[in-house]
Amino acid sequence: MSQVLPRHSKTIEEGTSLGKDAWLRLKKNKLAMASLYFIILISLACLLFPLLPGFPDPNKTYLELKSQGPLTTAQTSSGEKVFYLLGSDHLGHDIYSRIIHGGRVSLTVGLIATAVSLTIGLIYGAVSGFIGGRTDAVMMRIVDILYALPFMIIVIILTTYFGNKLWLLFVCIGAVEWLTMARIVRSQVQSLTKQEFIEAARSLGLSKWRIIYRHLIPNTLGPVIVYTTLTVPAVMRLEAILSFLGLGVQPPNASWGSLIKEGADRMASDPYLLIFPAIVFGLTLFALNFLGDGLRDALDPKSSKD
Amino acid sequence: MQTFRYVMSRFLQALFALFCVVSLTFFLCRLAPGSPFTEEKAVPEHLIAVMKEKYGFDKPLIAQYGIYMMNAIRGDLGPSFKNNGFSVNEIIAQSWPISMLLGFVGLAIALVIGVPVGMFAASKRNTIGDYGLMALAMIGICLPTFVIAPLLGETLGTRLGWFDVATWEGSNAWLLGALTLGLYYSAYIARLTRGSMLDVLNQDFIRTALSKGVSPMKILFKHAFRGGISPVVSYLGPALASLIGGSFVVETIFGLPGLGQHFIKAATNRDYWLINGTVIVYSTLILTLNFVVDLAQAWLDPRRRSNA
Repeated sequence: MSQVLPRHSKTIEEGTSLGKDAWLRLKKNKLAMASLYFIILISLACLLFPLLPGFPDPNKTYLELKSQGPLTTAQTSSGEKVFYLLGSDHLGHDIYSRIIHGGRVSLTVGLIATAVSLTIGLIYGAVSGFIGGRTDAVMMRIVDILYALPFMIIVIILTTYFGNKLWLLFVCIGAVEWLTMARIVRSQVQSLTKQEFIEAARSLGLSKWRIIYRHLIPNTLGPVIVYTTLTVPAVMRLEAILSFLGLGVQPPNASWGSLIKEGADRMASDPYLLIFPAIVFGLTLFALNFLGDGLRDALDPKSSKD
Repeated sequence: MQTFRYVMSRFLQALFALFCVVSLTFFLCRLAPGSPFTEEKAVPEHLIAVMKEKYGFDKPLIAQYGIYMMNAIRGDLGPSFKNNGFSVNEIIAQSWPISMLLGFVGLAIALVIGVPVGMFAASKRNTIGDYGLMALAMIGICLPTFVIAPLLGETLGTRLGWFDVATWEGSNAWLLGALTLGLYYSAYIARLTRGSMLDVLNQDFIRTALSKGVSPMKILFKHAFRGGISPVVSYLGPALASLIGGSFVVETIFGLPGLGQHFIKAATNRDYWLINGTVIVYSTLILTLNFVVDLAQAWLDPRRRSNA
């Protein structure tokens, strides 16, 4: 414990909370911190850049300026000068601007779908683990059965049937990604319910819901945070696959998945159309995964694999 | 006797799950807006009525459900609305082998690469080899199949000419597809194997074996393997389920006329029976694999047999 504290710290006698302790450990993990900074950076870029004046419109087409390479300045037929930082596609769309706008979609899907799956998984797992007995057995059997379903198929049926609405995509993906979360929370809750402080809460006459909400859920947060971080990239991959198959985001809107699809179609002639979105998407997933690994090591030093 | 009960209970659970999936898809299809009979141009009312009668859609929904289930149990999955003159059985018989080949060869490649890499990394933990392999695995996980597939197609296919990606008939494009899927999942399996092998290698009985002078190789393969491989075996079921999603992408990219292609078309066209048929086939596959995995787990870890 003590070696993670900075030696020159003046506040050492105050002791550190669990969260602060974890933060200090995370700060020592350079890869995880670099990943965290990268995620913050790319999120801010996607959020703020489109608000800047003069930021290129992602859906503005210049048919005469198709397939311009990166870093070219071209002139439209009306004499307007257009600068393409990362080149243009077959409709003269600015790829740089599309990547930033696509990032908004991909990251939002990642966050909201994860939030949906987190909510369902947390409640389901906590209830199942806390009530226990027959209810628990039945609830977990249901999870087992759902695990065996071809999820991709269910998501595809849902999205094609109810139209390509973006909010629906969030709900569909979230609704199929909660199973592992429910299992993790349940096993945590099960081991927690055997501990004295829950017994104390019970003997004080607290209601079941209050115990679940105030005492169990806060104590399961460590593994939940870790798994949440790892769910975001999984969800983003799922969205990308759907968009790739033409079932997710519809043109002219873009997400990283649909940009990679467009790039893959024209890879032979304009490789940069595939390379740039793929790099941004890959790096983001990379950072999210490393941050998740880093958080696991920081929050639960025992489970650290190396 | 206990083993028999365990096997039976797992089998019945799988059957029940299959029943649930099929019912769920049936009602999901039928209660969703839209119909397979609406075309881009308006179809006259009376024609739609004739079509509905022909396919039995004029009966109450619950009766249709009963008829469909009875037929399905007898192995008749109904006609396809959008592929004229073809029954769902015929379409599946044509396209299923391609998807099977893709999926199973992919899974085999993933195991053949992933498990040894994971074991090697675990035995050389915290060395440059371990870090290098795990960084490579992480890159593999972060590069989605739909990036790897076009890249492999361009390099190994078009540039080097090892694979014929222009057509699929009589060509080896499916192998390239399987390779794409295999490489991707091998990265997961390598990470999983390394983690669980390390868990086992840290246990006391391994230290005892080491101190007795058993060779490290023998410890790795004889003592640690059985426990260390268990999470990988568990992962096979979910891996296959998620591999199906990946195979949709690979089939699209390499133009392989597998079941995935038919399914996506069917879902967008509301070709009800083809959707249901596909779901039955894929679910049966996943459930069968999960069943086999459960049995394999019981063999690997006798403690599991008791909590059937």
